[in-house]
Amino acid sequence: MALFRRNRTRRPKGPQSLRRSFVTPEGVDLQIELGGAGVRAAAFMVDAVAMLILLILATIAIVLLFVASKQSALAILWLLGFFALRNGWFALFEMGGRGATPGKRLMGLRVVARDGARLTGGAVIARNAMREIEVFLPLSFLMSQAVQGLADSFVTIFALGWSGIFLFFPLFNRDRLRIGDLLAGTWVVRTVRGELGADLVVASERARRVFPEAALDLYGVYELQTLEEVLRSGREDAIATVAATIRRKAGLPDDHDDRGFLDDYYAALCGRLERGLLVGRRRADKFA
Amino acid sequence: MTDIAPAAVSAFAPPQPVLVNASRFRAAHAADWERLESLISRIERRSVRALQDEDLLALPLLYRSALSSLAVARETSLDRALIVYLEQLCTRAYFQLYGVPSSALSQLARFFRNAWPAAIRSIWRETLVAFLLTVAAAVVGYVLVRGDPSWFFGIVGDGMAQGRDPSASVESLRQTLYNTKDQDALATFAAFLFTHNAQIAIFAFALGFAFGVPTVLLIVYNGLTLGAFLAVFAPKGLGFGFIGWIMIHGTTEMFAIILSGAAGFRIGTAIAFPGRQARMDAAVAAGKSGATVMAGTVVMLAVAGVLEGIGRQTVTADLSRYAIGLAMLAGWLLYFYLPRGRHGVVQA
Repeated sequence: MALFRRNRTRRPKGPQSLRRSFVTPEGVDLQIELGGAGVRAAAFMVDAVAMLILLILATIAIVLLFVASKQSALAILWLLGFFALRNGWFALFEMGGRGATPGKRLMGLRVVARDGARLTGGAVIARNAMREIEVFLPLSFLMSQAVQGLADSFVTIFALGWSGIFLFFPLFNRDRLRIGDLLAGTWVVRTVRGELGADLVVASERARRVFPEAALDLYGVYELQTLEEVLRSGREDAIATVAATIRRKAGLPDDHDDRGFLDDYYAALCGRLERGLLVGRRRADKFA
Repeated sequence: MTDIAPAAVSAFAPPQPVLVNASRFRAAHAADWERLESLISRIERRSVRALQDEDLLALPLLYRSALSSLAVARETSLDRALIVYLEQLCTRAYFQLYGVPSSALSQLARFFRNAWPAAIRSIWRETLVAFLLTVAAAVVGYVLVRGDPSWFFGIVGDGMAQGRDPSASVESLRQTLYNTKDQDALATFAAFLFTHNAQIAIFAFALGFAFGVPTVLLIVYNGLTLGAFLAVFAPKGLGFGFIGWIMIHGTTEMFAIILSGAAGFRIGTAIAFPGRQARMDAAVAAGKSGATVMAGTVVMLAVAGVLEGIGRQTVTADLSRYAIGLAMLAGWLLYFYLPRGRHGVVQA
């Protein structure tokens, strides 16, 4: 069973990170990323629209069939179908191997147990039964108020406020848990699939520049990885700016080959910092 | 940052085979990572069954070697693209290996054989409370309506009463108990009752989150309605018939409503009074067992819907109705509370 521990060593700068420490039984921290509120809301909207379209199409089909055949079985089909759609759409999809509804899948999300264990049927049912008070209750309040017209406005405000607490609950906690997630012991993580980027330091036949020690002593790991980002993005203006800055700081002459210069500087700096790692010296950034 | 005196010209070194660890590391393991990725992609797209035997055997080994690559890469390599890639790959593999629920069939079998009765046994206290609340509310409803018939309209809505109020004649009341509708509408009626009641059961469970208060209201209202109707029928000599009319499905239906209410109570009390556990852990435990109970009540309500919609309309003899109702109750009680084999944990 993987352990779930909050990452307390994060530097308190910038917006709150959605990365969480997640240690596998093998003892490696996977650093999973949680789904943000916006992505989750988008996934829900996709599901809601899909459910609505399915409901409308099925209703039209059943009404047409009913007009044609007058079978009361069709009414039963609609009633049971509506019930299954309302209560089963989320639960059945999340109980499947993917742990995600079509909307979540589209947005690259999946539901997992917070303790890293298997996602049980009970947990999935618990987290989705809570949608009744998170989504359908506010909706039915709104609908009934719209139908009744001038109802007691104080009751309306109270009811909306109360259901709003549940609706916006994910915004009030750092792990973006819905009430359902809280009760079911689940959370929603991003499932990113990326390609392995090319090796920036491929063995090449050409000769490489040699840099003086002082030039390589300028930067640490943070700057190295920023340089890696610049090189991978391949943007000409960024490469020119970075090359000019490094040359100015290191006092190196301009040889009008920014890309080649940065490639060689990256290789040299990376090799130097890695040698430091092997003897236990990790230079986090240029200030270290 | 001090500027450095300009060097003459940056010198060039002859080509070297490999400069950094990341390159050696990629060369040594990239094939394994790619194989793992292709296996995981196949599982994600279809299922584990899409894999050959040899792939299945290789999967855990590849997963562990990727994990160890990640651990080593974090300590010895500064190639961020490599580390990010390994993190994503390992996370995907982890969820496919550890996080996937077992198959639907085996989950269903486990649910009916063991999980559902066990969950119900674990909330016996709450069930007792919900039952007593229902009985108390029914008594109160009965006494209120007997004392002042106008209470009936305060408790039961017009839509639900459908003419069965204290002013109705004996004959019209008798008709509602024994009249059979046309066969065609029966099944539709049963389906409607089932979906309506099941939705209420889910509500009773979900509302338990608000410390159980709305769940208490639902349970009490349910009992009040029962008592109010009894007060309409009993004085006109139809009490025995009414109880039979309600009992044929009511033992199953009321039991289901009481159970889902109890599941709601469990959540409410776990959040309000977590005891020795952390509040979060108590909530999770209660949520899981409560959801199991609640999912089961949907099954019970489907049975009740069939009994009410079809059974009650075709079986009109009082005694048969009593017999069916009591047999159902006995069946449920035996199924839930009978101690069983190795899983039969004795509850405190």
